Order: sequence, then structure tokens, then C-alpha cells
Amino acid sequence: MQIAKVIGDVVTTIKDAKLSGITLLVLQPLDPDGNATGRTLVAVDAVGAGVGETVFFVRGKEASFPFHPIEVPTDAGIVGIVDHWDVER
Amino acid sequence: MQLARVVGTVVATQKHKAFEGAKLLLVQPVGLDDTPRGTALLAVDSVGAGVNEKVLIVMEGRAAGEALGQKGAPVDAAIIGIVDHVDVHE
Repeated sequence: MQIAKVIGDVVTTIKDAKLSGITLLVLQPLDPDGNATGRTLVAVDAVGAGVGETVFFVRGKEASFPFHPIEVPTDAGIVGIVDHWDVER
Repeated sequence: MQLARVVGTVVATQKHKAFEGAKLLLVQPVGLDDTPRGTALLAVDSVGAGVNEKVLIVMEGRAAGEALGQKGAPVDAAIIGIVDHVDVHE
């Protein structure tokens, strides 16, 4: 999993039927210091996250597991909203 | 599997139910010489690891779900061991 900031949302009218009713959000992955790292991506939301929140997301087919038994065609999914994190070096 | 160093802890109240009771740690993958490799990631801890410890992680969903003791958990990384030492014979 990785920590990311929700920086936007995606609206689609024509899409795979299994994506209907599912929120798509734009994520900017963060490094442990909170700086943007890597490219932005679109993820399905399983926890009710919103723009501006810090979340953690899972990559791979496991991203569809929260919607079981619907096999949502996704490769990234938000599975938690981060309250805070601490880094010790 | 990969070697990593635990660098931090993460607290999340609102999360998928599979994460209830699970400990989330920030880990930085490292090479054999302990230098950071790639970007840090979030892993569930199934062995009681702590910050600054060197650990063994899996970065694959099925293995991570098994470490968490759950089938169908939306996880892709887990700490599965605490490394005492690594010996390389070249």
C-alpha cells in the first residue's frame, strides 16, 4: 500500500457496468515526508474518501476485493483514510 | 520477498474492515548493503515489528492477505519476519 493525497475526482458517463456507482478519485502518491512522489493515478474508493484527504491505497487486483462479489475492473483502490503518520529516522 | 527497514507508523480510523486490529507500518525497501531502494510503502505487520527494525516483506496480494490471516483482504504488502542478520557469501 502507499500513502496518497486525493487531488481530484473523475466523472465518467460511459463505463464498464461494474463501475457504476463507484467513486473514482485522482491520487498523488506521497513519500514518508509528505512530498509528492511518482505519477498520479485514478483509484476506486471503498471508504468514502474525498478531495483533500490523505488516504492509503492498494495496488493490483486486491483493489476490487472491497466490492466482492462484484469484480470491479480496477488496479488501484483506496482502502483507508489516514489520521496521521509518524516517521522516525 | 524483500528486505526493508521500518521507518514509521500510520494511524487510520476510517478503513476497510479487513484492516481492523491490523498494525500499519511505513517501510523503506533496502538493498543488501542497507541502502534505500525505491519508494517507501505501507505494509500490514503480522509479526510485531517496530520502528527501525529490519524486516522481511512480501509485496504481493495473496501472500499479504495470508499474513493478515484473511482471505479476500484488500492488501498488497505485509511484514512477515524480523531480520536478525543477513549473510552473503560471494
